[in-house]
Amino acid sequence: MAFTNDQLERYSRHIILKEIGVKGQKRLLNGSVLIVGAGGLGAPVAEYLAAAGVGKIGVVDADCVDLSNLQRQIIHTTQDVGKPKVESAAETMRAINPDVEVHTYQEYLYSGNVMDIIKGYDFVIDGTDNFPAKFLINDACVLTKTAFCHAGVIRFQGQLITYVPGEGPCYRCVFKDPPPKGAVPTCREAGVIGAMVGVIGSLQAMEAVKYLTGAGELLTGSLLTYDALRNKFRKVKLPRDPNCAVCSDHPTITKPIDYEQAACDFDPKNPLN
Amino acid sequence: MAEISLDQVENRVDITDVVCPVTFVKAKVALEELDPGDLIAVHMNDGEPVQNVPRSIKEEGHQILKLVDNQDGTYDLIVRKGEEE
Repeated sequence: MAFTNDQLERYSRHIILKEIGVKGQKRLLNGSVLIVGAGGLGAPVAEYLAAAGVGKIGVVDADCVDLSNLQRQIIHTTQDVGKPKVESAAETMRAINPDVEVHTYQEYLYSGNVMDIIKGYDFVIDGTDNFPAKFLINDACVLTKTAFCHAGVIRFQGQLITYVPGEGPCYRCVFKDPPPKGAVPTCREAGVIGAMVGVIGSLQAMEAVKYLTGAGELLTGSLLTYDALRNKFRKVKLPRDPNCAVCSDHPTITKPIDYEQAACDFDPKNPLN
Repeated sequence: MAEISLDQVENRVDITDVVCPVTFVKAKVALEELDPGDLIAVHMNDGEPVQNVPRSIKEEGHQILKLVDNQDGTYDLIVRKGEEE
């Protein structure tokens, strides 16, 4: 594959970097990333990866753009309210970079579709806002031997960790099972600063770029946490759980599981129920 | 060692059709296609390219053999590709 002069110009700031170079840019153009959730985290990931020239980007989200999303989901605009998020996100990504092939999945991820959707992508971004989806993505990635980056954000705090098959812990090694329903508030209940998902989502995009190009080190075996109010980043080393239900040598989970969708049964008319 | 001339250089890349920083990027892309030790002539304009591109190429670990002044406002920089890192 030879670069056109336009491509040389578009990707010049990458190609100049020793750690990326021509090879790295070709890897990005030949790479594929699936972004689950076209919301706060997914927005910067989708924009940066499209801009970076990741060849194939998939976006999964069943929802439509809501006015309350726009405070943080910067891939959507006021004109997009009411439009499926995957469509709105795809339009922005194609406008940023026509080199990118965008695939949209306007559906909820569940045990019945997760394996098929993940298959065929090099890297997965967990940009979801609920625990059932996070465990589903983890298990499906472990089972399909797909690397992924988990992230979670609430109020002024965020965290992320990257899983690469055979390296370091998976999400389940660290968190075992979803918390009981109602034990942890969702973003809708707790609130979140828009720039928070920008910070953490951008870090996820960075993980995807490093994974695809092979540059630097990934957040495998370490959870990175960010406390915006105290300006504190912390990198916490975490071991693999030798008895992990999904990624150990003797797993008890051998196919994806659907937990109760706590975030979806939230009733906006009765927020305190 | 006899002084090297442009006719002895098989590979060419013309970076007069692009501007900074794509000048260096285009040269870098061309160098990447070669094997270590191969020679290439980088055809560039006077001014900014001549001032910056040779230095950037050197920083990437390649050897600058000669800068040929074509007396028409362009130069040819003869480069020997360095070893892969």
